[in-house]
Amino acid sequence: MTTEKLELFEVFVRPKRGLDHKHVGSLHAQGREQALEYARDVYTRRTEGISIWVVKSQDISASQEDDNESFFDPSDDKPYRHATYYPLPKEITTM
Amino acid sequence: MVNNMIKNTLSEIELERLFQEKIDAEQKIEPKDWMPDAYRQNLIRQMSQHAHSEVIGMQPEGNWITRAPSLRRKAVLLSKVQDEAGHGLYLYSATETLGISRAQMIEALQTGTAKYASIFNYPTQTWGDMGAIGWLVDGAAICNQVSLQRTSYGPYARSMIRICKEESFHQRQGYQIMIELAHGTPAQKAMAQDSLNRFYWPSLMMFGPHDSESAHSARSMKWKIKRETNDDLRQKFIDQTVSQITFLGLEHPDKDLVWNEKREQYDSGELDWDEFYSVINGNGHCNRQRIQHHVKAHEDGAWVREATAAYNRKKELKQTVDAA
Amino acid sequence: MTQSTQNKVDSKQDLINYVVRLGDDAIVLGHRISEWVSEGPFLEEDIALGNVALDYIGRARMLYGYAATLSDDGKTEDDFAFLRDERQFENYLINELPRGDFAYTITRQLLVDLYNKYYLLALTKSADPTLVAIAQKARKETTYHCRRSTSWTLRLGDGTTESKQRMQLAIDDIWGYSHELFESDALEQRLIDTGVAVDCAALKQPWLTDVKAIFEEAGLNIPQQDWAVRGGRKGYHSEHLGHLLTQMQFVYRSFPGANW
Repeated sequence: MTTEKLELFEVFVRPKRGLDHKHVGSLHAQGREQALEYARDVYTRRTEGISIWVVKSQDISASQEDDNESFFDPSDDKPYRHATYYPLPKEITTM
Repeated sequence: MVNNMIKNTLSEIELERLFQEKIDAEQKIEPKDWMPDAYRQNLIRQMSQHAHSEVIGMQPEGNWITRAPSLRRKAVLLSKVQDEAGHGLYLYSATETLGISRAQMIEALQTGTAKYASIFNYPTQTWGDMGAIGWLVDGAAICNQVSLQRTSYGPYARSMIRICKEESFHQRQGYQIMIELAHGTPAQKAMAQDSLNRFYWPSLMMFGPHDSESAHSARSMKWKIKRETNDDLRQKFIDQTVSQITFLGLEHPDKDLVWNEKREQYDSGELDWDEFYSVINGNGHCNRQRIQHHVKAHEDGAWVREATAAYNRKKELKQTVDAA
Repeated sequence: MTQSTQNKVDSKQDLINYVVRLGDDAIVLGHRISEWVSEGPFLEEDIALGNVALDYIGRARMLYGYAATLSDDGKTEDDFAFLRDERQFENYLINELPRGDFAYTITRQLLVDLYNKYYLLALTKSADPTLVAIAQKARKETTYHCRRSTSWTLRLGDGTTESKQRMQLAIDDIWGYSHELFESDALEQRLIDTGVAVDCAALKQPWLTDVKAIFEEAGLNIPQQDWAVRGGRKGYHSEHLGHLLTQMQFVYRSFPGANW
């Protein structure tokens, strides 16, 4: 059952209305249409989702672990982006 | 860039130290992370073997789908076997993140360089075997898989979580088959006992050789690929199975089984490792049949795969022409 | 017994017989598709075929279950599936043909799925509310089955020389079994008159239009030389059904009265 002639797709499923699509795995298929059909059979056998995306694996650009310091560390020193940075006066109970 | 240059100057030893630190801190290793080549090879071996086991495991149970004794059982068994195909697929795709293709893995299976669980070399002869397999074989597999949900390689751990969630029904449906048989007519009860007798010991052997004999154990534990040893997992399974056998009212196949007060565990009879290795080494009833079946399905399907590829090429060509 | 109660009894028996034969269609085809487990051309397709088989087995259970309720004599869904002989099964012959190669399976599915598309739509307008409910559920499944069998037919028809040949061969071998899908017997005629059963003769035109369009796009042909085998609804079967039933029924029959 080898799949040398097929393409690799990544599958994303939206578990329910109001939630984001989440990566669930990959599969082999010939073309997007078939990939969608198989994604339904392979990843939603227990009604795990209400919407499926499939993307060709080769079309995904990924950040490199090696770049993590330049990518993510710069946001470490910006606590002012978080609400907890701004203490409220005791008198104000909700905001 | 600068980071890359720094990284590149790090010695292999330094990289391995950082890698081990991550593991010791219970952080998951992800596909793009640096990892020792032996870690990668070890994972490829274990994960692909796991995937092949799911796929080959479809055959002994698939053998009874057309003979299931009720429509409900037929549907349950079919969906279980279908789940196994799904699990094989999850595991193949997780293994592919290590830089090996499914085609390569399948080829390794078909040429015998990759293994699958030897339990599937045993034949399924009665409907009772569907009960015993679900209950004992899946039960043993689940013991192992629950432990692997905490394995250090991220994609492997995540597919284990998904698989465990789906497999909880597999063991229960098997045990339910056993309950019906054991509490049914005398002939049914005899069928249940026979299946238990044949599958009990091979199930225990699914946990692998004793820790002292296991070639890969120590390093796999250090890298947290394995989280519990073969013997610990096997003991857990032995202990939990005793009361399940008692409830069925069947005879326990292990005549040497006794409760050990001090250890608070059961002491059990020694496994017949000669038989285990004999089956692994090709003397099981189904070794050749399982691989031949797989190869035949693969070859019978070659023209289908070629046709879909050809169709897609034509379609893409047409799109390019239309666009031009 | 008065004339009117006699009629009532007869029409109830008619309904049971009708529901059972629809169940026969579903279980026999579901059984055939389930034979693909671990035999598919690749893993993804194995799983997909499993889903289709499960849909048909589920359909059979709903129909036999309804027949058991109507019979009200202690029979279960399993009694219908496992205790009747070849001569009593009234499935259309097309469903019992061996699974063949992948082209054969896809061709059979295309013809049957498209048939079901129209049949189930008509059944949602039945005077019998339970049949309406079953048809509504089954229709959703069939919409998906049609998508699959249509795209596979296009793919294999317009794939390689070999796949086209295999498809054409399968069509030539199966086509003659499609005619009886559009013929009703006296039992169905009585139920058509009361608005319960589907008048399948009316489905032929739309079905044929669909099939022709798909075949044309796939570069496949309806056989020039026409032939027809009939008899499923009379229990007049090919030799294949007996073997299918032997396998399916053996365990159940070996242990009379046992629970599973």
